[in-house]
Amino acid sequence: MRESAPICGGGWRLPTFPIWQAPLNRGERKVPYDIVVCVKQVPDTANVTAEAMKEDGTVNRAALPTIFNPEDLNALEAALDARDRFGGTVTVISMGPPKAADVLRDCLFRGADRAILLTDRRAAASDTLATSYILARAIETIGRYDIVMCGRQAIDGDTAQVGPQIAEKLGIPQVTYLEELVSLDGKLARVRRNVGNGWELVEVRLPALITVIATANQPRPPAARRVMRYKRARVPMEIEAEVKKSLDNASEKETRDAISGRMEEFRRQGLLIEQWNLDDIHAELDRCGLAGSPTKVFRVQAIVLSKKGFSEIPGTEDGVRRLIDELVMDRTLG
Amino acid sequence: MGNFFLDNEDIRFLFDHIDLREVASLQETHALNGDADYVPTDVDDAVDNYRRVLEIVGQVAAEVIAPHAEQVDREGNTLNEDGTVTLHPLVRENLRRMAQADLMGFTLPRKYGGLNCPNIIYTMATEIVSRADASFMNLFGLQGIAETINAFADDGIKDEVLPRFARSEVTGAMVLTEPDAGSDLQAVRLRAYQDEQGVWRLNGVKRFITNGCGEILLVLARSEPDIHDGRGLSLFITERCESVRVRHLEEKLGIHGSPTCELVFDDTPARLVGERQRGLITYVMALMNGARVGIAAQSLGIGEAAFRLARLYAHTRQQFGVPIERLPAVAELVTEMKIAVEAARALTYETSRICDIENNNLRILETVKDLPADEQRQRKQLGRTLKRINGMLTPMSKYLASEMCVQVTNDAIQVLGGSGYMKDYAAERYLRDARITTIYEGTSQLQIVAAVRGVASGSFENYVADHENERYEDARLEELKQRLIEGRKRIQESVQFAKSQPTAFLDLAGRRLVDSAIIVIVGHLLLGQAAVNGRKQRVARRFIDARLPMLEMYCRQIMSGDTSPLDEYDVLAGPVPSLA
Repeated sequence: MRESAPICGGGWRLPTFPIWQAPLNRGERKVPYDIVVCVKQVPDTANVTAEAMKEDGTVNRAALPTIFNPEDLNALEAALDARDRFGGTVTVISMGPPKAADVLRDCLFRGADRAILLTDRRAAASDTLATSYILARAIETIGRYDIVMCGRQAIDGDTAQVGPQIAEKLGIPQVTYLEELVSLDGKLARVRRNVGNGWELVEVRLPALITVIATANQPRPPAARRVMRYKRARVPMEIEAEVKKSLDNASEKETRDAISGRMEEFRRQGLLIEQWNLDDIHAELDRCGLAGSPTKVFRVQAIVLSKKGFSEIPGTEDGVRRLIDELVMDRTLG
Repeated sequence: MGNFFLDNEDIRFLFDHIDLREVASLQETHALNGDADYVPTDVDDAVDNYRRVLEIVGQVAAEVIAPHAEQVDREGNTLNEDGTVTLHPLVRENLRRMAQADLMGFTLPRKYGGLNCPNIIYTMATEIVSRADASFMNLFGLQGIAETINAFADDGIKDEVLPRFARSEVTGAMVLTEPDAGSDLQAVRLRAYQDEQGVWRLNGVKRFITNGCGEILLVLARSEPDIHDGRGLSLFITERCESVRVRHLEEKLGIHGSPTCELVFDDTPARLVGERQRGLITYVMALMNGARVGIAAQSLGIGEAAFRLARLYAHTRQQFGVPIERLPAVAELVTEMKIAVEAARALTYETSRICDIENNNLRILETVKDLPADEQRQRKQLGRTLKRINGMLTPMSKYLASEMCVQVTNDAIQVLGGSGYMKDYAAERYLRDARITTIYEGTSQLQIVAAVRGVASGSFENYVADHENERYEDARLEELKQRLIEGRKRIQESVQFAKSQPTAFLDLAGRRLVDSAIIVIVGHLLLGQAAVNGRKQRVARRFIDARLPMLEMYCRQIMSGDTSPLDEYDVLAGPVPSLA
């Protein structure tokens, strides 16, 4: 990797030492950090079909298999790693339909301390402006935090806007494209960020928001014991749905009682995932959902690349030369 | 994102086909697990846990361990001047990931932080890990050491050591082999004596110790200097310290990621495991049985990896204007490889399942004090039967799976041709890694000696009787079953004949008898699978059609009574060559 000249901006100081001499724990003080990680359940864009878009131009989530947004996993890993090193807590928050509880469970499997689902029909069809407003409100509702971590971008929208907009709304500094959290020292984080053709080492005052890229780390696997425990964790809406399904002919009161009984049971076992709506975070409704979203999707197009057989290239000088020529011809290279 | 569990149709089929609910219910009965917050709520929940655990194993294997395998193979581990070993950084990374995933206390009870998974799930996990890197299995697969401590050590040792295994702070080694005590462990000489304070101390040299640089060592040593056979040996537990030195790190043909150590003990303090004098005859024998199933699973993983490489290559490589898989000779090689892997997997998983039933039966007998007399009697009776069956199936699995993986990896190179011979492909690594499996934890020849006892003493007939009584709705399966029954009768005739000959004849006929019995047993297992799966019907038919003539050949060879390898050894083997 080429060493780029660090850009010196407001509040950032030039490092006085070369980065390879900056050990991970240089100047680290072992104080705990409370970290909030924003995660998103996304359609698996590797499997997009023509039904991917609804008539109103928004994503048709029902038609797509869903996965944990890949770079959010990297953000989670960065947060868990920092917690493992310094102590503190990792709280994950996800905005989405009840099904998004899947990614929250996955976070619990990997070691998150607390999970919150932010779900509200009035938040549906939010663009990045509305989403970042809602998430910022939620983070303020959580209260105490030292670092907010987000994946750089989600693979459905690919905007990379939500993280930075949250920082703006929270009024805290942001560092994007984290590749390594070099050190944490009380109120100061030193971060190596990828700038495409090199890196910068920046220092940032906490609390701060950091967005994380895929090359930052390899996310840890789910931990078997936590899987066995937290696979049963549920958000209230899931419990409601399960109870209603099991009680077909019950009266409304019976159902209500059964739901609150189950809810209590889950809470007692520590298996109730918190669920917030827009009222819980005191959001202004005209800044949420479609009303708060100036962005309008015009069209989504599915482009199918067809495979036309394969050719074998011998591993000789000549073969490699031919391959390069071919790749240059079809503009894969150059 | 790869996953070596989810992408393996046969393992997933067997996961559903094998009665895991029965295994889980035994495993969770009287489990004495303490208050863990991850206890399954019922049997289905336990089976769901197993599936999820295997998914995690599959993920770590595909995403972490497999991508490291080639570099680990080329660079190996390092012996330091102070007699310690530094594992390859990528091996350490593998271990770190397995620890993060809670996979290093796989079968331990929950009260020690373990997952309390049954052996069959551990066997599947071992196979999945071995497909990624056979050498890493030697670290993952050494959890049998923790199991042995759990089974035989006193509570003090267990409480101290087992949680550290589960948290993967330590790895272990079984320290048995010596320069003059390989297959014949009765000849172990490493001395154990008690000093003035009554502390046991170990003195001597051990050789070929897998992961001998591990922190927890289970050492077989002679505590009774006047008793020269196995009854003079006891099992000790000791921790790595300055008085245990790794003198030499072996340079091996394969499994380069697994450090094979020569260890020197110099008055090393140790603690006795269980009772004196039962070291070899009880504890090591139990340890070995588990370890043998482990090697069978390792062999399955290597075979699977080699098969996949060959299958893909045969599909994409074009010669004479067609993919080479269209050439009859290659088509047969590839299908035989696949069937061989599935046959060995059927037997190994079945063995694991029966081990689970036996182990849990024993555990319940030992730990539940107030069993009704009736149940106690039944369980004891069941224990005896299962012990005999496992005494046959365990060495059979180890023998079949390890020989299979040597054959399959060899064939994989053949399918890849010149490319397979080069280091550019993993095929040559698979063969090098495979080669140890027929040697360690008891050579194939020793497995045959153990298995042939079961074939000759009725365990074989008892075991297949249930399968022979099975009624298949499909007439084609019934017909195949009849042919297996004929095969069993043919084996019985050969056994009778062998028994009528001098003692050495049974050993000489051993391989042929065991091979024949395996054909019948695996044939039945595949029929059971075929009853619920269309593709398995084809597999079973092909297996039985192709192998029964081999059974016939083996039996005819036995009935010929030929003993010339013994009688005419000097003539047939020719003169002893001079050293120069």
